[in-house]
Amino acid sequence: MEADSSPFFSPETGFDRLHGGIPHTVLVTESPDRYLAQARLLSNDGARLLTLWSDSLPAIRAAILLREGLVLLSLSLPKDAASFPSLSSVFPTAVRFERTIHDLFGLIPDGLTDLRPWIDHGLWSHPPLSPSPFPPKRLAQEEDYPFVRVRGEGVHEIPVGPVHAGIIEPGHFRFSVVGEKVLRLETRMGYTHKGIARLFRGRSLPEAARLASRISGDSAVASSLAFSKAIEEALDIEISEGVRFVRALLLERERVANHLADLGALGNDAGLAVALSLYHPLREAMHRINLSLFGHRLLFDSVVPGGVSTGLSEAMIETLLRENERLQAEVTLLERIYADHGGLQDRFQNTGILSPETAGRLGIGGVAGRASGQGWDLRIDHREDPVHRFAPALALDHVGDVASRVRIRFFEIFESLRLTHALLTSFPGPDICATIPDPPAPREGTGLVEGFRGEVLGWVRILPGKILGEAHIADGSSLLWHALEASVPGNLVADFPLINKSFNPSYSASDL
Amino acid sequence: MWKLLWKILKTGTLTESPVRTQEETGRGPFRHSASIRHVDAGSCNGCELELWALENPVTSLSSRGFSFVASPRHADILLVTGPVSCHMKEALETTHQAMPAPKRVLAVGDCAISGGVFRGSYATHDGLSSILPPDVSVPGCPPPPEAIAEGVLRAFGSPPPPS
Repeated sequence: MEADSSPFFSPETGFDRLHGGIPHTVLVTESPDRYLAQARLLSNDGARLLTLWSDSLPAIRAAILLREGLVLLSLSLPKDAASFPSLSSVFPTAVRFERTIHDLFGLIPDGLTDLRPWIDHGLWSHPPLSPSPFPPKRLAQEEDYPFVRVRGEGVHEIPVGPVHAGIIEPGHFRFSVVGEKVLRLETRMGYTHKGIARLFRGRSLPEAARLASRISGDSAVASSLAFSKAIEEALDIEISEGVRFVRALLLERERVANHLADLGALGNDAGLAVALSLYHPLREAMHRINLSLFGHRLLFDSVVPGGVSTGLSEAMIETLLRENERLQAEVTLLERIYADHGGLQDRFQNTGILSPETAGRLGIGGVAGRASGQGWDLRIDHREDPVHRFAPALALDHVGDVASRVRIRFFEIFESLRLTHALLTSFPGPDICATIPDPPAPREGTGLVEGFRGEVLGWVRILPGKILGEAHIADGSSLLWHALEASVPGNLVADFPLINKSFNPSYSASDL
Repeated sequence: MWKLLWKILKTGTLTESPVRTQEETGRGPFRHSASIRHVDAGSCNGCELELWALENPVTSLSSRGFSFVASPRHADILLVTGPVSCHMKEALETTHQAMPAPKRVLAVGDCAISGGVFRGSYATHDGLSSILPPDVSVPGCPPPPEAIAEGVLRAFGSPPPPS
């Protein structure tokens, strides 16, 4: 092996940065061989690929999470680059990220066999984010998207979407079925693509923060927090203890509200219609408290770079403690109702199994990963202040069916309520927001947060004048489509809504 | 099972009395009830969370005679969220075409009205106005359930578009 193709980092060498309690390091290389070798080494160490994207430098960036911390692996490309090496042989989930880069920048992933368009739906005459006025032509595409065909006697296809039968985001699912049984599911996304990478460029910081809050409405706190942490790391901003408490509190509120909604919807999808009427009023009550205390029902814009938009007062803490007590009692009863309901458990158990092996191979984290034996949780793995003071417990299950994901959600609600109570009763106050300095030169930063689905990564380059050069925000949704595709085959078509809801990926956050 | 029954009995009715009813809005072209087809044209899913809230027993839009339906063939009101991403334009228009007349278009949220925070992107149409001009708009990011319910009532009672 040549000297310059050897990996240059291992967890033992140590992480050089620590921000918000999560150690991380940035590795930059110009050598494609070294990029691949490094990724392979990390993968052998059990690392997971969180996201992979390109910026207009141009550079390919892969966010790779190890038990010990985060590695941001960056491959700098020459200005006239036409291709970049594919990581698909190292991380199977790299495929769609690399197809996205191909669609948006025209760069060809070397070594990737699946070069079908992903985000590109055939409307663009040239790659929309390519910095070159004469960008490389993307490879020819067919009129109709070539889904992988399953051949055999009695096999037929069911196309579903982009418009679905309910209040859901748009996306396309192609089922290959025999009778009622699904043989294969292939997803086709990109319908909610809004060009967020371009929209970030050149925005003022407050405007960019508003956009970061709206990457995925259900993860507004997690996305804004990941974005804010990235800004704060880039500009070396110290966050006061009070602000850290309020942020941790908001993050747990978002988790509880989403888990409640998912649990209600899961009961409903399994035929227990009254579940919606039992869970959703609890969520509604949380939203109303959010509005009266923090100014927004869904907590949009409640976390801003340098601080939070609303601090905590004594009266607010009292209201929140009362709510906490009520939720604790209500959810305890609701959990018993679910556990005792034979018909419901019959639908949940052995449905949509994501085996621990598959979850590990795909690098699935968050609720779905923890239900399939993947014990990753940033709040627990790292000394993230202030949550680590209260020793958060890991939710873990090994079956990987819908029932497991339901159990994980219940466990996490109770744990979040316990953490919330602890945060409220030991709130140090006051929550002083930091001022944002103007960087003299471009600066980069990364933020990582455990959102309600799983890890949410924020990355920014901020320019002098507090203008956003570039930003990337990713939650685990893109990976969850792979998990969904792996767990649906063998199940009945009618169980698909239930399985999909149990993963609950965000279409908006994966299409960007 | 007894726990569930006890819980249902103890919960009682949560539905809050609406600000306005159908009678006060005027019936417009529809009879006693209207069906809504929702199309997410690229939203961030914040508006969807509030649409879900319309269905909870607190707001309970269905008790006012409105229901969300799966098929556009059964729908009277097309409720649109999101800035109309370029990739959803065709599906949105096809859904509208599939609806029988009389029909109304309701824009829910700042994005559907003018693109919201996503305004100016190469990938969106900056709202409905250039695609399917809405009969009624409900501003907000996202608008609260009560405002959406009021918008549905206005769409229900709105006079036919001049044509």
